[in-house]
Amino acid sequence: MSAVQEVVTEAPTLDAVPKKAMTLGNGTSLIILALLIIVPLLVKNFIIFQLTMLLIYALAVLALNILTGGSGQFSLGQSAFYAVGAYTSAILMEHADINYALTLPIAGIICFAFGFLFGLPALRLSGVYLALATFALATAMPQLLKLGVFEHWTGGVQGLVVTKPDSPIAALFGHKISQDMWLYYFTLAISIAIYIFSVNLLKSRSGRAFMAIRDNEIAASAMGIDVALYKTLAFGVSAGITGVAGALGAIAVQFVAPDSYTITFAIQLFLGMVVGGVGWLPGSIVGAAFIIFVPNIAEGISKGLSGAVFGVLLFLVIYLVPHGARQVAMVAQNLIGKLKKN
Amino acid sequence: MELFTNQILAGIATGAIYACMALAVVMIYQAIDHLNFAQGEMATFSTFVAWQLIQWGVPYWGAFLITLAFSFVGGILIERVLFKPLAKAPILTNVAGFIALFAIINSCSGLIWDFTIKQFPTPFGSSPFLGSQLISTHQAGMIGVTLVLLILLFFFFRFTRIGLAMRAAASLPESARLVGINTSWMIALGWGMATAIGAIAGMLIAPVVFLEPNMMIGVLLYGFAAAVLGGLTSPFGAVIGGFLVGIFENLAGTYIPGVGNELKLPIALALIITVLVVKPAGLFGRPIVKRV
Repeated sequence: MSAVQEVVTEAPTLDAVPKKAMTLGNGTSLIILALLIIVPLLVKNFIIFQLTMLLIYALAVLALNILTGGSGQFSLGQSAFYAVGAYTSAILMEHADINYALTLPIAGIICFAFGFLFGLPALRLSGVYLALATFALATAMPQLLKLGVFEHWTGGVQGLVVTKPDSPIAALFGHKISQDMWLYYFTLAISIAIYIFSVNLLKSRSGRAFMAIRDNEIAASAMGIDVALYKTLAFGVSAGITGVAGALGAIAVQFVAPDSYTITFAIQLFLGMVVGGVGWLPGSIVGAAFIIFVPNIAEGISKGLSGAVFGVLLFLVIYLVPHGARQVAMVAQNLIGKLKKN
Repeated sequence: MELFTNQILAGIATGAIYACMALAVVMIYQAIDHLNFAQGEMATFSTFVAWQLIQWGVPYWGAFLITLAFSFVGGILIERVLFKPLAKAPILTNVAGFIALFAIINSCSGLIWDFTIKQFPTPFGSSPFLGSQLISTHQAGMIGVTLVLLILLFFFFRFTRIGLAMRAAASLPESARLVGINTSWMIALGWGMATAIGAIAGMLIAPVVFLEPNMMIGVLLYGFAAAVLGGLTSPFGAVIGGFLVGIFENLAGTYIPGVGNELKLPIALALIITVLVVKPAGLFGRPIVKRV
């Protein structure tokens, strides 16, 4: 091959998302919040559990959204951060008897550090290379967790069983508030806090720096943005939030095992982000709903074909609504606006 | 010392697998500037097709050729139908497309041929090669096929008009179009060739790791590692990278305590990250300069 250096103008990592388009209006937010608060009072425990998982996955998708939609970096390795969070929480609860609520910030901090460190080599990578490195991380993670060296702590292949926390206010209301319901509201409170944090983060100076890097790295650095710092920071924040989600997941499922955190899970999260709309934070919950409920539907159609149904749906989303749920929401908003005028 | 030489020999044998896969990875990367995450699944699917043909009584080499043709056409079809519309789309959309393809093909091969492990025949036999206990004739055959493939590819790219056109379309699509090259079809051709090479890799690997829908995931990761090590722009580098990764894996397994079978994938991970950080262009790749 020729010795000439290749000069390329890279395809954009993703279409630019204007900042205003990243969140919802106040009114809509309040309606969704009200729904999230009321619905669990009306449904069975199993559905409450599913709703808890919905919120947890939404958090994980949100984290990925900050990384990809915010700073324009890929990750197919979110399952690894989720696993680290889940294991941190499980080990702290089972081996050190720490209260479950306290394990969350610890899991978040450990994952932040892990993500930040992983972000350092990832700095030099962009686009496909980054996807590759994180893909490798996600594939390797279950094997790392199974390692004999850590077996005393991680329980090896068997994993760890986590005790479900009791509701501290159950005594006040008798048996009306079950463990599941308590856990749901606990998760909801944390999710709301993290959502508000994320929205503000993206509105802040750091958020603008992320977006500048996403849109044009060279221009961003010319404006005096410390590209290296903000890229690793985005990785760290994303990993930290994913870690908290993982910890919540461990508490809700009451079980951690290496094979729950495979590349398939990372792909599901990625898929959730694409379906929800890249860079649109409220879309995270739509994406999470997709990855929780659609496999059930797909398996209902045909057990062996659930992967195929998944893939076909993903292709449909890419072709028909490349901006995911955001696009649908925008169309709906326009329609409502027109109806109001008439 | 003998242990050392033996391990290197064994490493070259496993390396041939990775080299084959890396070659397919590099082919597609050359054509479309993307890493195809579904490459492994496509190779597995092709291998299943070959297995099915053999079950139906087609002789091995007949099945081999039919599978190659099938994969070539299949690769072109996938490009024409699914990925051509995404040519101008952002990287993210393309990655999502590859992942969707991964899920679809994996699930289909599981559905059609189920998840039980199947034995795949080898045309080379499995007796010890030249009296050596470490390399079987199959592994020697695998190394041979990989090298022949590399030489063929070299001649194809260096001495044929269409090879030249493919190189032109990959490096400067606009100029290539100006001199009358149909760049869009060159990409489709790249897909077809990469799929066919992947099919060869799959058929060579299947006798070693046994045939099942997920057989390629680990191999693909090593293939990526090999391609990255050799440089994503160089087929020659990919093959050398494959052998080096194979040797490295074996030596690490023998001499570093605690690295056994259970650490196989983490080694690939460490290797990929180290290479990307230390020498992103790989050993034989060209450095890429970004235009502002």
